[in-house]
Amino acid sequence: MNAKLIFGIAKSLLLARWKQTLVAAVGVTFSIAMFITLLGFMNGLNDLLDGLILNRTPHVRLYNEVKPSTNQPVNASPDFKESYNFIHSVKSGVTRQEIYNSGPIMQAVQADDRVLGVAPKLSTQVFFNEGTIDITGIINGIDVEEESRLFNFQDYVTAGTAIDAKNVSNSIILGKGLAEILVADIGDVVQVTTSQGERFPLKVVGYFQSGIQEIDKVQSYASISTVQKLLGKPANYITDIQIKLKDMALAPALAKEYSQLYGADAEDIQTANAQFETGSSIRSLISYAVGITLLVVAGFGIFNILNMMIFEKMDSIAILKATGFSGRDVNRIFLVIALSIGFFGGLVGLVLGFMFSVVIDNIPFNTAALPTVKTYPVNYSPVFYFIGGVFSLITTYFAGFFPARKASKVDPVEIIRGK
Amino acid sequence: MQDIILEARHIYKSFHDPVTVQVLNDITFSVRKGEFVSVIGKSGCGKSTLLYILSTMDTDYQGELLIDGERMTGRTDAALARIRNEKIGFVFQFHYLLNEFTVLRNVMLPGLKLNKYSEAEVEHRAMERLEMLGIGHLAMKMANRISGGEKQRVAIARALINDPHIIMGDEPTGNLDKRNSEMVFEIFRQLAEAYHQTLLIVTHDQSFAENTSRIIEMEDGRIIRH
Repeated sequence: MNAKLIFGIAKSLLLARWKQTLVAAVGVTFSIAMFITLLGFMNGLNDLLDGLILNRTPHVRLYNEVKPSTNQPVNASPDFKESYNFIHSVKSGVTRQEIYNSGPIMQAVQADDRVLGVAPKLSTQVFFNEGTIDITGIINGIDVEEESRLFNFQDYVTAGTAIDAKNVSNSIILGKGLAEILVADIGDVVQVTTSQGERFPLKVVGYFQSGIQEIDKVQSYASISTVQKLLGKPANYITDIQIKLKDMALAPALAKEYSQLYGADAEDIQTANAQFETGSSIRSLISYAVGITLLVVAGFGIFNILNMMIFEKMDSIAILKATGFSGRDVNRIFLVIALSIGFFGGLVGLVLGFMFSVVIDNIPFNTAALPTVKTYPVNYSPVFYFIGGVFSLITTYFAGFFPARKASKVDPVEIIRGK
Repeated sequence: MQDIILEARHIYKSFHDPVTVQVLNDITFSVRKGEFVSVIGKSGCGKSTLLYILSTMDTDYQGELLIDGERMTGRTDAALARIRNEKIGFVFQFHYLLNEFTVLRNVMLPGLKLNKYSEAEVEHRAMERLEMLGIGHLAMKMANRISGGEKQRVAIARALINDPHIIMGDEPTGNLDKRNSEMVFEIFRQLAEAYHQTLLIVTHDQSFAENTSRIIEMEDGRIIRH
């Protein structure tokens, strides 16, 4: 089959009615551009919202939970092995919150090549003393450098610098909300009381703003050694090991594995933040639905224009058939017409969609809740461009399918006689 | 004895809508190579209908049709399209050029479809035929920018592009003035004499028919003289 000839004829027919062609192509262009823009924006927003929690949350967290022992002494006794033991009023024992043997565990986990990084953490509850009132809060002792590298800690320190928490001794970075309650400026000293009753002055070196008000009202950060000093614990005392993986999807499996291996509790990110995934997928679904609707509408436009074109070109079709073009050739000519509208319309649409995305990406977007965000978020994933491109071809193919079949069935005798 | 190019054997056709009307009744005749045949008859006698059957475009008939010794009846749409492309040239009452193309491209299309020669060769052959018909200077004009007589000559050039076994014409002069009619007839006559081109022309122009080498006259779906 002479493909070049088919393409040549299709091209001439298209260019002969270039205004109609343009209208059809603009329909596709517009819908593809909107599809790309919508998905890019929606997913940018998704990423942003997910990032609020997910970027800062370890993929797997090892810790010791305060809970009653599942293995009560009576069960261990050989005398009662055969009996069913009822135990009432089981209380949580004095579980140490410290992770045993934390140093070697961290080394071992760090050596695992599925792991991107490990950061230790030591959390403790304290009272912040402001005049006569005590405010409960949490101090997280962190390895500032690792925390910044793995969990973007420095992005959320809106005033002061994150590394000062390490470099200045006895320093603290307060949550923004907490700082407001304490009326503490940078450079001020706040008094904290530990649960053991020890009183301690700490120097404020920065503010921390997570974007979630509730967190900012209670959380504060200090270097891990400061918190160890606060609690009067040795340098190997930590309560959490935070692990960031190369592939987040592996988190549940690894959590189980580490939990058994190191005899600690392990929590994976999917369990901890299930609601975020649901929200994201529903938002994506909506944007896909809207985008595809736009494309289908454009498809109907092409369908109409092709039908009209075939009606106008009856004579041409008849003469093509009389001079030896088969129904199949005519069918192909019209399919090529439809697909080229889809291809070129789609291509321009992709470029335009990208341009719209760039424009949105540069619109200022300042909100107190999101200190790191300066403009609207846009996701430029090539997947959307691929889907958009494929869909423009598929819809135009179906839009062209029936008109092309109609054209291929034109009876030249009827047309020629009818004159 | 010359070769038989076209042979119709007992062809019957009837229209069924709205009532069954017998249009063609036992048509049997043959055309030999090099003959210049005209088919005449009054309007509605079925001569155009016969031509469309002979041209393989209309397949709804009873009887048998042979072109170049091959049986056409019962072939597929695609196979018939190939035969039309290769063996039959058409000239219609209305020129039926494709307005989207230049004159040259119009002539070339069936040749490109045949795909026997390269594009450059097809172009060369198309130019040859246009020049033979005295319209070489129109080659680059768009098909809708030339006069009616010129269009009909372009259509003849297009019919000739694949060296068809037979050229069929459906009232090729029906829509032209006297001067152009004569010119078209003169072209046909030359083709028949100089190139031994077989021609089968349906016409109701008595003077046109009288100058051809053979006349088939039809009346009420039957051949009454051949």
